[in-house]
Amino acid sequence: MDKVMSNKKVIALYVLPALLLIAVIIYVPLVLTAYYGLNAWNGIGSPRFIGLSNYRELIRDGLFWDSAWHSFLLAIFSTLSLILYLAVAMVLASRIKGANTFRKIYLIPMLLSSVAIAQLWLKVYHPTNGILNSFLETLGVKNPPSWLADSSLVLYALFVPILWQYAGFYILIYYAALKNIPTTLEEAAKIDGANALQIAWRIKLPLTMEVVKVTIVLAAVGSLKYFDLIYIMTGGGPNGASEVMASYMYRLAFRSYDFGYASAVGFFLLILSLAVTWIIRRLTASDDKIQYS
Amino acid sequence: MTSMSQTGRIGSGASKHSSGGVSGKIGYLILYVILLVVAGFQLFPLVWLFFFSLKNNQEIFNLPPLALPKQWRWENYVKVWEAGNIDIYFFNSVWITVVSTVLTVILGSLVTFAITRMRWKLSSLVLGMFMAAMMIPVHSTLIPLFSMFNRVGLIDHPLSLIISYVAFNMPITIMILLGFYYALPKEVEEASVIDGCSVHRMFFRIILPMTGSVLATTSIINMIYNWNEFIFVNTFISSDRLKTLTVGVQNFIGQYTTDWGAIGATLMISVLPILIAFLFLSDRIIEGIAAGSVKG
Repeated sequence: MDKVMSNKKVIALYVLPALLLIAVIIYVPLVLTAYYGLNAWNGIGSPRFIGLSNYRELIRDGLFWDSAWHSFLLAIFSTLSLILYLAVAMVLASRIKGANTFRKIYLIPMLLSSVAIAQLWLKVYHPTNGILNSFLETLGVKNPPSWLADSSLVLYALFVPILWQYAGFYILIYYAALKNIPTTLEEAAKIDGANALQIAWRIKLPLTMEVVKVTIVLAAVGSLKYFDLIYIMTGGGPNGASEVMASYMYRLAFRSYDFGYASAVGFFLLILSLAVTWIIRRLTASDDKIQYS
Repeated sequence: MTSMSQTGRIGSGASKHSSGGVSGKIGYLILYVILLVVAGFQLFPLVWLFFFSLKNNQEIFNLPPLALPKQWRWENYVKVWEAGNIDIYFFNSVWITVVSTVLTVILGSLVTFAITRMRWKLSSLVLGMFMAAMMIPVHSTLIPLFSMFNRVGLIDHPLSLIISYVAFNMPITIMILLGFYYALPKEVEEASVIDGCSVHRMFFRIILPMTGSVLATTSIINMIYNWNEFIFVNTFISSDRLKTLTVGVQNFIGQYTTDWGAIGATLMISVLPILIAFLFLSDRIIEGIAAGSVKG
């Protein structure tokens, strides 16, 4: 039995194709990004080695730091919105009829392509015919803003479709975690006189902490990767007011053909993602294990 | 708020706070309204989309947004399908999605089988390598991938998409399959070995068919991702006849910025397949999404 199940040839045959694929398509490009970041290159000719110049320029690049700030803001919004999702999930998990249907409805936006979502919300935000401003006008608001054309509003406006897209996903995850809590704990607390809010805060929240930690990482790191919606809806505008790191990198590479510098940004993005993951894991790590007894 | 759960439960008569009655019902109602509001927010834009895809510009610009279309202008859909190359984009999306998914699922199954059922020292390390790949932002690989594909002449070729999709979907596919494979009983393998089965036969004829349900789940997740994928197509593909629905729709709308009915119809066409799939497969989709993320 052991001989059959540890046959090296078979193992290699089964594992290598996929392993080589991710090595070539995912890992090798990472190394290449790091390498290209040390070069000046327009993508067509040969790269010219310039050492750390790109990174030095990156540190001084105002546009880059603006985009980093915007990414950071979105990361904060994304993480804070988790509170909202958790609250909704708690409502959902408290023996409401039709919870399953609600769960499915919430998930629908997640199934749409970013193009569809972006184009749809472009229409929602349309200054004259969009459903948002039409609604505001019927409420009596005289001059509703041009949401996507106003530099001070655009980033916040962009966050709403993001919220819309991911709400169902996080609510689903939290709901599953909440459903895993044994009802006996809740019942015991009720008998002891706890009200729903106390139960939510002192029992449900701590027991879903592991899952919450995972979602914090997902939301924060995920927000660093926001690209599609922003690229399609505003292209980073107006005037870079909604540029994020990923879109800045894309613009540098495929509009300005500055592959070297863009790679430096791309590499920075990678390191940042890994660093944020690590930092959040460290900050939210706890040694005590909760027991259900 | 305090007594929602007390309807129909026996043992709570002993509790000290007020039971049942009006306050319980109001609390339940409030919660229900909250859920309804959220549901409304999630669905509202789509309902609006459906309506304006069936209107002409006159109605859209002059009448209230939520008014039902005076005439249900299905010709918007016909016009867009024929004039906009949407049929080509649709076809490309379908075949690229299917081919990528099939490849991913097969390769992923092979790997998951080897990692979970076969005995070798490096299995944890290799699993770790697959899982670590999930943390990599796609954008950090975009430029080198573009350059690599360019060098082998795969830019503007569907293979660049297929290869990329299979690679990037591998980690989540394996993750979804992992739980199922771990739970398979060992007796099946032991019986097969005793019967003189080779590993290949065991895998393809016995184990793989047993994974039918989780294969369905991971296939659906793969298909959703591939169908909706945008950035790779946008970066690697430039010929119109090779574009998938996502980029095709994006370009098409760029040309028709003022014809809202056409835009609406285009968007509806691009999302309908997934919505229909969701209608029939919602449970599997939920299972796949939950499996792929909570196990972290």
